[in-house]
Parts: sequence; C-alpha cells; structure tokens
Amino acid sequence: MASSHGAPPVFKNKVVAWIDYRLPIFSYIEKEYHTFPTPRNFNYFWNFGAIATVMLVLMIATGIVLATNYTPHATLAFDSVERIMRDVPSGWLVRYLHMTGASFFFIAVYIHIFRGLYYGSYKAPRELLWILGVVILLLMMATAFMGYVLPWGQMSFWGATVITNLFSAIPVVGDAVVTWLWGGFAIDNPTLNRFYALHYLLPFVIVAVVALHVVALHVHGSNNPLGIDPKGPQDTVPFHPYYTMKDGFGVLCFMIVYAAFVFFAPNYLGDVANYIPADPMVTPTHIVPEWYFLPFYAILRAIPDKLGGVICMFGSIAVLFVVPWLDTSRVRSCTFRPIYKWFVFVLVIDAIVLGICGAHPPEGWYVPVSRIGTFYYFFHFLILLPVLGKIERPLPLPPSIADAVLKKKAG
Amino acid sequence: MVASGAMAAVGAIATAWPFINNLNPAADTLALSSIEVNVKSIAVGQAITVKWRGKPVFIRHRTPEEIKEAEQVKLADLPDPESDNARVVDTAKKVRPEWLIVIGVCTHLGCVPLGTKQGDPRGEFGGWFCPCHGSQYDTSGRIRKGPAPKNLAVPAYLFSSDTLVKIG
Repeated sequence: MASSHGAPPVFKNKVVAWIDYRLPIFSYIEKEYHTFPTPRNFNYFWNFGAIATVMLVLMIATGIVLATNYTPHATLAFDSVERIMRDVPSGWLVRYLHMTGASFFFIAVYIHIFRGLYYGSYKAPRELLWILGVVILLLMMATAFMGYVLPWGQMSFWGATVITNLFSAIPVVGDAVVTWLWGGFAIDNPTLNRFYALHYLLPFVIVAVVALHVVALHVHGSNNPLGIDPKGPQDTVPFHPYYTMKDGFGVLCFMIVYAAFVFFAPNYLGDVANYIPADPMVTPTHIVPEWYFLPFYAILRAIPDKLGGVICMFGSIAVLFVVPWLDTSRVRSCTFRPIYKWFVFVLVIDAIVLGICGAHPPEGWYVPVSRIGTFYYFFHFLILLPVLGKIERPLPLPPSIADAVLKKKAG
Repeated sequence: MVASGAMAAVGAIATAWPFINNLNPAADTLALSSIEVNVKSIAVGQAITVKWRGKPVFIRHRTPEEIKEAEQVKLADLPDPESDNARVVDTAKKVRPEWLIVIGVCTHLGCVPLGTKQGDPRGEFGGWFCPCHGSQYDTSGRIRKGPAPKNLAVPAYLFSSDTLVKIG
C-alpha cells in the first residue's frame, strides 16, 4: 500500500539523520507508526491488539523480576514463592501483577480474536496474519500452563499431571512420550526444571511471532468495522496521533480494570488449592484449570473416549487455522451479514457455557450440556461457516469508508 | 547432490538426537526404580499407600469376600478383560490372592483414586473411586465404569518371604 502522506522523512536532528542513513530505524518508525495510513473508522475493538502487546511486555518485565527470587526446585519452589509474597520488597505486587496479568492477557487476546471473527479480519489477504495469531495463542497457552506449574502447589502439580497425561492417549508410543516429557516416572523435579526453562524461553518466541504478526499486518494494513478496503486518503488517517491516542486511551481503561483486580481481588481468578504445597500422593477432589482453559477442558471431558477427547480438545484450536478457508462469504464484516452475525454471538455464548461446564465436576446436567456445547462449537466452524457464506444474502456495501462515516454523521 | 543432501539430513538427525534424548529420565532417576516393603502390619481388609518412582502404589490385604467377588466377575463384563489371578501373581509366578498390588494412578488422566484409606469412597464395585472424572475400579483394581480405558497397572513385584515384597 502506497503511503498517502508524503515523501520519505527528512530528519533535522543531525545525529538522527546520521544513524538513519546507516540503520533506518527512524524511517521505519516514521513510516509504520506515524504516517502509516489507517482506516478512519476503527471502533474500540481495535484497541485490543495494542492492549495485548502491552500485557506481553508487562508479563515479561514482571516475570524477569520474579525469576530473580524464584527457585526452580521441587522442594524449594513453593517456599520461594511464599518468600516473594512475604519477605521480598514489593514481591507481593510483582507476583500479583504477573498472576493477574496472565488472566488479563488472555482477556485481551480473546476479545482480539472475537474482533477478528466478527469483522472477518482473517479473510484474504490477511490469512497468514490470522494464522500467526493462532500460533501466538497456542504459544500463550503453553507458556501459561507451564507458568502455572512453577509455584508447585496442589493445582500446579495435578493440573500438570492431567495435561501431560493427555499425551498418553497417543497410540503405541503414548507412555514413552509422557515419560520423556516428565524426565522421570512422574511429575517431579526434572519436570519442574524443564518447565521453568521453557516458561522463560517461550515469551521471547511469542515476541518474535508478534513481530511477524505486525509485519504481516502492515502489508495490507488493518481491517476495519466495515470490512471494505480503503480506497484513498479520504478513507484513512495517519496512525499517529490518531490511533496512538486512541490506543493509549484504551490501554489506560484496560489498566484500570486490571489494577482493580491486582489490588482488590488478586486471587479471585485463581484457585485456592494452589496455596497448598504439591503432594504427589493426594489428588485434590476437584481439579480445574485456570478460567481461560475451561472451555477446552469441557470439550476434553465431553467426549467419553480418552483419545477422542484429546483429539477434540486440540481440534478446537486447530480448526481456527483453517477458518479463512471455511468461511465462504464474499463480505468480511458481520455488519453486512444479517444472519451470520447472530451466530457469532451464539458461538460466544457457547464458549461461556462450555467454560461453566468445565468449571464443574462432570456429573448430572453438565455432561449433556458440555456435549451439546462441544457439538455446537464444531458445527459452527465446520458446517455453519461454509454453508451460511453460500446461502446468506449480504447487505449492500457502502461505496467507501469515508462515504459511510460521513453519511452516518450527517444522518 | 541427492547423496550430500541425504548425508546432511542424517547428520542433522544424529545431532538432534542427544538433545531429544537429554530430556529422558536421568540415571539417578532410574536408579530409584525399586523399593522393599514389609507388609506384616497390614491387617486383612486394610490397604496402604507407598511411594514408588514418585507415584503412589496401593498394597491391599484383601478379604475372602473381596477375592471371591473379583474372581467371579465374567470377563465379558470388563472393559479391559483380565482375570483376577493374572493380577495377583509375582515375578516368580506365585499367586497370592490375598495381596493386591497396583499403581495408584488412574489410567484416565493420572489422578490418585480414593479407596485406600479407611472411610474413603470405594465406588460401586468396592475397589477404588477416582474423584477427578468418576472412574470406578473393582476389588481387583480393574476398570468397571467411567472414562478410564485400562485397569490399574500392576507393577512387577516379588515376595522374598511371606511378609517382604520388593516392588520394581
């Protein structure tokens, strides 16, 4: 996309000019974050990419500080976390920021994904952008899971046991794979050590994939609520100051809610059982993962067969990779899809229902409800998305972004 | 070209192997692989939990009723058919129906089933009940109901006398 905002920048500051001539970082920032032409009609859903980026940086910063006091050893880990909470100056704050931050990182990313699904951001030419996003989600899940093991509480230990045992469902080599993952015959010190190493590594891998995600984004620019391409300068505004300000405002609002949880309800989103040291001889009566994994956990348990459950759980994420090709509609945005837009909301409700089922023991009503929920989840992506795109009649698209925005203002 | 490419691939795999193998259990972890337990103090009807390879092992001194119940089940009724006799035999092929020794790890997703301690729920089949996802095991540790696919595993063990058993 050609920049509509003038010639390459000339830097007045001689030092800046000297550096930029040799390493064009200032030109890059100027082009990609200042004059970058951005659709003028973003709504607040477009804040969540920036919010997620801020959360990623915050998680890495708090994580590195925590690592300076944490001890990755089965007999010392729990006490070292309690020491961070009680004795280390501001340790409680840094840990609560990290712990609650994980939840809020997922909140931001889930809203970001919803935005993509509702406004068809995954459609051509942004398929690879979307796929990189799903890769980030998978990396985040792996990182969050391994991070949750580090405090070595009861839920850490048994959550890790249940999740690593998923791999034992693999035919023939399953048990050997699980022993290999553990580095022993059960979850123990070798497991904790390798999880710590990977928990420290993966966030930086996420940073790298986020960088690719942003590169892919800046090739064709952002999608927008109307889902139509900008046709000229009248449809766009420069990224700075318009969206740096709007993103800044969005980040601030998000931080207020986040801070409220950090200071007033830091343990609300966690499980109390994780304040009991890990005991390999006693399973807690009710094992639940963190809230952001609950819908997937419900899918796992909904299937009465072990291997089938594992396949469906991984399949529920894997299906996201092919969404750009499952959706056959020729319009992107649900604004112009009178039928499908409601089904996106039904999918959100379905995910919440699955989450509730995942939080409860699999008995009584929760069993049939989680089965229906699982069925609907796959029905949405595998049947509804391809079929509806063919039979649904989209509303007429406006001639341009400017036209739609100005008409809305006038009307 | 093809030959050198193939050589490079073989070299790459050969180089990757030590890194993959590095994650397998270390020699000191493997060295913890057997324990000896004195079962003299376990009264009939009681059971204990011992730790072996970081996992719980249940040793149950079964009552004659429990043995009878386990032996009379039709194999066709079992999801993972196995006779009771095949589960209470040590590595010297000696059958001791009064001693049931199983690894206390649910074959579904690895929780520790309840039923070893007195007062624990033992499920509908009088063996063990897994609180995580509701699997139920009988007095031979065989899966009878719930999502677990297999019977509780029987570790290799050997009675060196009537009261001393070596597990592993």
